[in-house]
Amino acid sequence: GRCYLYMKTIERAAFPRRLWERVLLSKNYEKALEEIDENLIYWPRFIRHKCKQRFTKITQYLIRIRKLTLKRQRKLVPLRRKIERRENRREEKALIAAQLDNAIEKELLERLKQDTYGDIYNFPIHAFDKALQQQDAESESESDAEREEDDEDDEDMDKREFVEAEDSELSDFEDMDKLETSSEEEQEEEEEVEKKASHSKSKGKMPLKGPARRKRPYIEIEYEEETEPSTKTKAA
Amino acid sequence: GRGEGRAPAPERVLFPPTFSVSEIKNKQRRHFMFLRWKQQQRKEKLALKKKRRKEREALGDKAPPKAVPKTIENQRVYDETTVDPNDEEVAFDEATDEFAPYFNRQTVPKILITTSDRPRGRTVRFCEQLATVIPNSHVYYRRGLALKRIIPQCIARDFTDLIVINEDRKIPNGLVLSHLPDGPTAHFRMSSVRLRKEIKRKGKEPTEHVPEVILNNFTTRLGHSIGRMFAALFPHDPQFIGRQVATFHNQRDYIFFRFHRYIFKSEKKVGIQELGPRFTLKLRSLQKGTFDSKFGEYEWIHKRREMDTSRRKFHL
Repeated sequence: GRCYLYMKTIERAAFPRRLWERVLLSKNYEKALEEIDENLIYWPRFIRHKCKQRFTKITQYLIRIRKLTLKRQRKLVPLRRKIERRENRREEKALIAAQLDNAIEKELLERLKQDTYGDIYNFPIHAFDKALQQQDAESESESDAEREEDDEDDEDMDKREFVEAEDSELSDFEDMDKLETSSEEEQEEEEEVEKKASHSKSKGKMPLKGPARRKRPYIEIEYEEETEPSTKTKAA
Repeated sequence: GRGEGRAPAPERVLFPPTFSVSEIKNKQRRHFMFLRWKQQQRKEKLALKKKRRKEREALGDKAPPKAVPKTIENQRVYDETTVDPNDEEVAFDEATDEFAPYFNRQTVPKILITTSDRPRGRTVRFCEQLATVIPNSHVYYRRGLALKRIIPQCIARDFTDLIVINEDRKIPNGLVLSHLPDGPTAHFRMSSVRLRKEIKRKGKEPTEHVPEVILNNFTTRLGHSIGRMFAALFPHDPQFIGRQVATFHNQRDYIFFRFHRYIFKSEKKVGIQELGPRFTLKLRSLQKGTFDSKFGEYEWIHKRREMDTSRRKFHL
């Protein structure tokens, strides 16, 4: 922006249109100050000084404006109160409908049943059989199955310390971790189980709660396969 | 007129057939008539309920099963882009989209977390906690740098994802998640952020183990791609020793993020303890390339006028 010097004299007070006289000042700061001086030559010293002060202020803020427009500007987006309130309410209702804890627990149990954790936990063997039984028998023998499970859990307690430490709840996690790692190492060294040939689909993380089959969303545990190499190569 | 101290109205009141309570001009009388009408409705409803219950008990075993109550999820308008798990076209798309290298294990995720200019205390702490939740992530402060300049630098240093947390009045309120080597960019509105100390629990800090990921309820195509975006943040192989799980649960277009530690008490019971921050996200837009507000090609934008018209229609 260019700066102008506006002057008025009392002789022209009767003619408002011609009241103000305009002079374009040069872009150079020092030269502009000199121009102000020569234009306001017979004016009082105080007024000249004030005019030059104002001019300095104006040039400085013009410089700042130019610098700011080059930087990134923060864009302010107005919030609409009604919409904000509506969204907050809907979020609360969705939270209640989601029942997150139950959903997470269900999902974890499903993964346990589907053997994604391998043999880290003691009970999977029994759970797997139980799951098969339950699926076949279709919920008529559930009460019997549960009683059996309880008995077998007691048996497990004799074999490994892990199950006993249940009582300490969730504050002894470090101890749990140590126990688990030791048991895990033993098991992994011992076993060489074959898994069925996995399609490329199962490598992806399928979103859950889909209707039919649920692939193992995450892991690809690699096992050494000694038998059946031919079928694998054909499938791949 | 009708005095308030009158005895309740007689059972059979005769009115001309075109009468309605709202036509009475006098407010007091109208109010009174309306209350009486309401009481009558309630009585009728109660009587109906009792009758039904009696019938049900009378039938005993032969009674028809209880009707399933209608919920918003039940009544949801069927979305034509819902993914069928057996769909081959979807599977093919997913095998060739930008996340394919991640799912084929060719890339390891490396995340850069940053904020908008001059983040305030809460945002800074939230960023740090988020960095502990997501393995292999780094927090860098943005001191006035333009995103468009950061992105090529990130790509050069092998980052796979960029998270920008936008802040407003000292609380984080937006999240931009961008998959770096030319991947999609999603812009979310973030709400109800709770830091670790605000969550009521008495657990410890999350460890360095790689957590598992749970993605719930991402049904449509759009939901699918967002779900894969989230999945791509975490390394492919979770460490089950860590027993940590990060959950992204979609419910009515709101994505709830939680971070828990679980423990199996038995085959049928699992205990979870919440650690780590929690927040909810709502998708605002999905862009095809990396972050570019002016020239980007938007795959999906939330248009309020068109998309918020029905209460039972959701997009994720």
